[in-house]
Formats: sequence, C-alpha cells, structure tokens
Amino acid sequence: MAVTDTLNRSARAIPVWVIYILGILPLAYIIFATFAGAMGMDPVKTIEHELGQYAIIFFILTLTITPIRQLAGVNLIRFRRSLGHLTFFYVFLHLLVWLGLDMQLQWGQMWTDILKRPYITIGMVGFVLLLPVMATSNDTSIRRLGAASWRKVQKLVYPAIFLGALHYVMVQKVWEAESMIYMGIVLVLLVYRLRSLKLGALLKKNRSA
Amino acid sequence: SIAGPAAATQYSTDETPNTWEEITQYNNFYEFGTDKTDPAKYAGALTTSPWSIEIGGLVDKPGTYDFKDIMSEMTIEERIYRLRCVEAWSMVIPWNGFELADLLNMAGVKEEAKFVSFETLYRPEEMWGQKKHYLVWPYTEGLRLDEAMHPLTIMATGLYGKDMPNQNGAPIRLVVPWKYGFKSIKSIVKITLLEEEPLTSWNVTNSDEYGFYANVNPLVDHPRWSQATERRIGGGIFAKRIPTKMFNGYGDEVADMYKGMDLAKYY
Repeated sequence: MAVTDTLNRSARAIPVWVIYILGILPLAYIIFATFAGAMGMDPVKTIEHELGQYAIIFFILTLTITPIRQLAGVNLIRFRRSLGHLTFFYVFLHLLVWLGLDMQLQWGQMWTDILKRPYITIGMVGFVLLLPVMATSNDTSIRRLGAASWRKVQKLVYPAIFLGALHYVMVQKVWEAESMIYMGIVLVLLVYRLRSLKLGALLKKNRSA
Repeated sequence: SIAGPAAATQYSTDETPNTWEEITQYNNFYEFGTDKTDPAKYAGALTTSPWSIEIGGLVDKPGTYDFKDIMSEMTIEERIYRLRCVEAWSMVIPWNGFELADLLNMAGVKEEAKFVSFETLYRPEEMWGQKKHYLVWPYTEGLRLDEAMHPLTIMATGLYGKDMPNQNGAPIRLVVPWKYGFKSIKSIVKITLLEEEPLTSWNVTNSDEYGFYANVNPLVDHPRWSQATERRIGGGIFAKRIPTKMFNGYGDEVADMYKGMDLAKYY
C-alpha cells in the first residue's frame, strides 16, 4: 500500500491548474507545427485529425479516473473535472476546424452532411450530448441541481464517448488498427462502468431487502 | 514536329502543377500503409527493375513484355492533368507517359474484347501493406474498352521529367484523369482484355461506396461525404474549397461515352 499512499500524497501536492497547462501543450504543439509548415501536405486534415485524437485521449483519461480509484486505490478524482474540460475543449476545436477550415462555413453542404452522413451525424450527436455535461461541470451546478440529478446529467459522457469512438472508426476508409484500439479501450471502460452500476444496484437491493 | 508535342499538349491543363514534394509526399498506395505519408516512407523497399507486364486475354499477341522493350516502342510525352481523389482532395500533376491505346494496339485487341483489367504487383516481402487484410490483394482495377482506348487515358512512367517515384506507382501506372484517383492503378504487372466487366479492389471491398465507373461527379455523393467540392493540396490552411467539376473538368472529351447512362446508378 506504500506505493498507492505515495501516489495519493504526490497527487494531492499537484495543483489542478497544472493539468490545464499540460493539457494545452498538444494544442501549442499543433499551432507551432502548423506555422512551422510541419503538418504535411494537407495541414487542415492533419490538424482536424490530431484535435479529434486528443479529444478522445482526454476523454478516455477522464473516464479512467474512477476505475483507477476503485481498482488501484489511487485517488486522482480532483483532476477529473479539468480533464473533462480539456476533453470538451479539444472536441470543440475539432468541430471548429471542420466548420471553419475544412468546410469553410458552407452551411448547405454541412447541413446535408450532418443529416445524411452517419459518421458526421454521430459525431454531432456526441458533441450535443457533451453540451449539458460541460455546462454543469462546476460546483454551482452541483449545488443548484442537487447531487443526484447532477450525476444523471454527467452520465451523458458514456453515450458521448461511445459515439466519439464510433465516429473515429467510421471516418476511415478501411478497418484500421488505431481507431479500433481506441474503440476497444472505450468498450472496456463502458463494460466496466455498466458492471459496477449493476453491482451497485444489486448491493442497494440487498441492503434494502 | 507540329504533330508531336503540340498534339500532345492539347490535353494538358494550364493550371499550376503541384510541387514535386506535394506529389511525392502525399499518396494513397495502400500496399505501403494507409497514411498519406506511408508510401514515401516505405516504397523505397520496392524493386522496380527488372519489370515486365503480362498482357493476355483477348489479344493477338499475348505475352510478357519487358518494361524496357515497351519504353523503346512508345513515345513519352508530358500530360498535365488534374487528379481528384475520392476523398475530396485534388492536385495538378505533370505526368510523363504514353497513351494506353498505343500499348493495347501493340498487343492487338481482339474484336470480342469489351473490358480491360489491370493488376498491381503482389510482393508482400517488399510491400508490407499486403500482409494486412484491409484490401484484397493484389490490387485490381478495370476500364471499359472505350475508356481504355480514350486518348486521355495514359500509362505514366514519370513525373516532372524524372522516373516515376516508387510511391507514385513505379515504374508504370495508369492515369485516368476524369475518374477518382483509385482507378489509376499503380505498379502494373498484368493487363488482361476481357469480354466481361472485371472485379475491382475497392468495389469488392465496399460496393456501396466505390463503383466500377468511379467517374468524378459532384452530383453523386460518396455515402459518407459530399463530392460537391474539393480541397486543392498545397493551398495552406486557409485555401478555399473549389467546386468539383463533372468528369473532373474533362466532360468535353469524355461525356459522350456515358450518353444515356444513369450515372447515379453506374457510379
């Protein structure tokens, strides 16, 4: 237990703003590489893809906080909100690059794409699901909504991350390992979450019985 | 020499060609991986000499033709063509090559022939992507005979006056400028004249998304994205999307071949 204690102690010593600073680094790198001309022959696609990939990485990190606590006893819960904010930040930038640089605000073509193209529809629904999560991701909202309803709102992250990973898998022309690996991790997290929910419900039932 | 180069350039666009770097560092050649930068990284492993093409099926003189012998028979000319990828990006490429019709006539096309099929080299020890199963190998493509005999259809053997780089389909590849790029099969080792429409790799993989014809058509969307506009490679991050033209702008030359055909059905 010494290791977990040390980890927990050092985690408590790290201020939350450090996570935000670290989380901004990928964006700084993307901007720097873009201006250095290091984003390849099709920079817009590369930027769009990289932002999407960081979004899913931060999303996965956010959702591993609870399993890490439950399975390893390492408590990083105070970093979860910042990781969630960073997730939304990268999802939003990914969407902005699609709107502005890729599709260049051609609303007609975009609207058709959103309605007709399953992977874009799915990505868009995922984004919309994150809006209430992001809007209530603060202490005031917890107080105002009450812990129970607040938690219900936050549970939208589970369908959202699934849709995000699916969006990534569907973008590819052929079945590719990278997106499938992300999907695999997401599915493991979701199955773990569903099982612990069921377990929790079972325990509650047993207690009340 | 008016009949020579002058006749050749009438098919070239006067649009500014993409740079050597853009054309050789941004490729789809799934035999070397699925990232656009993979071919430039890994195609160096490909041995392109000696090289020969087996021409067979409904021809008078079937046989294995050495690449050098073919080259000594053909007149190489420059063709600056637009290339429109099915993924909605495009380039302008100064190819060097000769008309496919000249090669087919050399072998003598029999009257019953209606289609031409093409095959890429299968050599997984040099083309690592062929060890993966995202496509069925070897890569195959096909054209209707009239498309194959069309003067715009060329066998390209070079770029910017230099030998074809491996990542662009060395030593010899097809270029059909009014069709999506995947029709322009690379590193060809086999050409077969047929009576029936041949199977083609992308059509076999996903027939809803990739048809046999694959003519550039802004009105027929790919099921997962619109084909109405395209991004021209090389314009930087603020480059404007450009409207995609029917038959990639080669309608005057090729539209007649598809008269009366429902191009939404034969996509």
